[in-house]
Amino acid sequence: MELTGLFFYAVSLLILGGIYAILCLALNVQWGMGGLFNAGIAGFYGVGAYTSAILTTPASSKHLGGFGLPVPLGLIGAAILAGLAGWAVAKICVRLKSDYLAMASIGIAEILRLVIVNESWLTNGSLGLSRIPRPLADLTTGRMGDVVFLGFVWFVVLLVYLAASRLHDSPWGRSLRAIRDNEASAAATGKDVEKFRIQTFVIGCAIMGIGGALSAHYFRFLSPTATDPLLVTFLVWVMLMAGGSGNNRGAILGALTIWTLWSVTEIFTNRLPPEWATRSSFIRMLLVGLLLQVVLQRFRSGLLPEKSPPVKFRKE
Amino acid sequence: MIEFVNFYLFPALAIGSIYALGAVGISMIFGILRFAHFAHGDLMTLGTYGVLAMAAIVPVNPLLLIPFGIALTIVSALLVDRYFYKPLRELPTIYTVISSFGIALVFRSIVQLVWGSQNQVFFTGVKPPMVLFDTFRVSVLHLQAVILTAIIAVLLHYFLTVTRTGRSMRAVADDPELAEVSGLDTAKVIRWTWIIGASLAAIAGTFAALNTSVHPNLGWNLLMPMFAAAILGGIGKPMGAMAGGFIIGLAEELSSYHWIGDDALISPSYKTAVAFVLMIGLLIFRPQGLFKGRLL
Repeated sequence: MELTGLFFYAVSLLILGGIYAILCLALNVQWGMGGLFNAGIAGFYGVGAYTSAILTTPASSKHLGGFGLPVPLGLIGAAILAGLAGWAVAKICVRLKSDYLAMASIGIAEILRLVIVNESWLTNGSLGLSRIPRPLADLTTGRMGDVVFLGFVWFVVLLVYLAASRLHDSPWGRSLRAIRDNEASAAATGKDVEKFRIQTFVIGCAIMGIGGALSAHYFRFLSPTATDPLLVTFLVWVMLMAGGSGNNRGAILGALTIWTLWSVTEIFTNRLPPEWATRSSFIRMLLVGLLLQVVLQRFRSGLLPEKSPPVKFRKE
Repeated sequence: MIEFVNFYLFPALAIGSIYALGAVGISMIFGILRFAHFAHGDLMTLGTYGVLAMAAIVPVNPLLLIPFGIALTIVSALLVDRYFYKPLRELPTIYTVISSFGIALVFRSIVQLVWGSQNQVFFTGVKPPMVLFDTFRVSVLHLQAVILTAIIAVLLHYFLTVTRTGRSMRAVADDPELAEVSGLDTAKVIRWTWIIGASLAAIAGTFAALNTSVHPNLGWNLLMPMFAAAILGGIGKPMGAMAGGFIIGLAEELSSYHWIGDDALISPSYKTAVAFVLMIGLLIFRPQGLFKGRLL
């Protein structure tokens, strides 16, 4: 019995780890390759989650919906809408210093949260959406559904990883790194800096939308208070920094490492006496904040440092 | 008309002065140290809790205890700068932005750890408003906020234009390399930037808390409008940031006045979005701010 409990704990750990890996890969496109600071990860994550939930739930009188589309279409819809939101932010801010993009992305996340809380015709407000379906739900019953979903999440992680590696190795990715490292010389060789940055930001945001959508399908219920937006944004940043920004495998490794640390410490702190158990979550937050400082100062390249792809020559 | 002044104009001016005090710090840090300080809101929260902790011991008007909050924010800001921001100074400033993002969380978890995360208030009960000219009923707190902000604005202007330190601060904001080669003490300028920014943050935080209540998200929720105010006034222009703060405060509060018909122009639940929309508009059409600040 103890062993099955442990097994399902590992399953849920890996599902959320996979979702964080997707967010981390997305941030790696924006920050690792493009050098763009996005402080509103939670906003794009939320757009994705709500879009996919609304597209796939059965009809309800409490919120917009009743499309009942299959989950993969929900994921695509989530990516499109989150990408559009990202495009709007990027269009306005990419030509300015990256600090402005940071401010604007946090602002858009805040506005999106307001819309989700206030527009109850769309999202049922703070009561949230329920009965969100899971993909491949009729394959199994009961708790084995989690295992199937685990497979689904990591299948998506694999797809995103392959896409991100392709982007990383492609001429597009090379131009992007050139822009990140030396904007003036990249512009001098004829690269349209603004266009590249907007593309980067949109791609990253679309992937974040997919991550959000997967979390909606995992929890089957969605409400504005379910997750602390700042915590999501922050954890993803720490994951990417620790894993190695610029390296896709580093992003996945960082996501799994930090998420495991974060969850496993929760087991220990939950055994503390109640007056300490509530405080312990703040201690964890404090430690993660300090961890970021240490990584920034001492291990800026992370667990798996960035590697330029090898130059391949066509055979004659 | 009287309703407009009592319920919209004066609260708006009070909120504007809170934003103004916070935005001055953000604008000066952005101008001199060249990064958007994401931990400024949580620095405000920390100062407010410092005042709250003293208020539990010394039962006087909390406004008199603000110096304790100021001491706390100055010490924390200088320590954070020394141990977390300074080592990153040689790198692109975006690393400092990331670091300050983390420091915001550190500040907040310290506040929650020490003082808990529940809502707290300085006093309970309702204070009767002050009646001016037999018609206007104004909350004493709002009046105090506006007057104190005006005094600070005058002092700050004097400091920046007359004293040697203040003038070197403006020089560094204009051109750091030129200031350094002309022999200005950059380290001192940075120290003073933090001292001023942190003091005003503690004052702004205390007013914000007296206006509503004390909670760990107090400062973070004010961060967005303060950034908007700093951009509006032009980065590196403290007086511009002051004006920007009042403009944002007025715009936010007055947007929910029933200008047309009987309904609020913009639903009050979207009040915080007003600042953001203004900021977006500025970034598109006039990113250097209203008063010709620098575009970094």
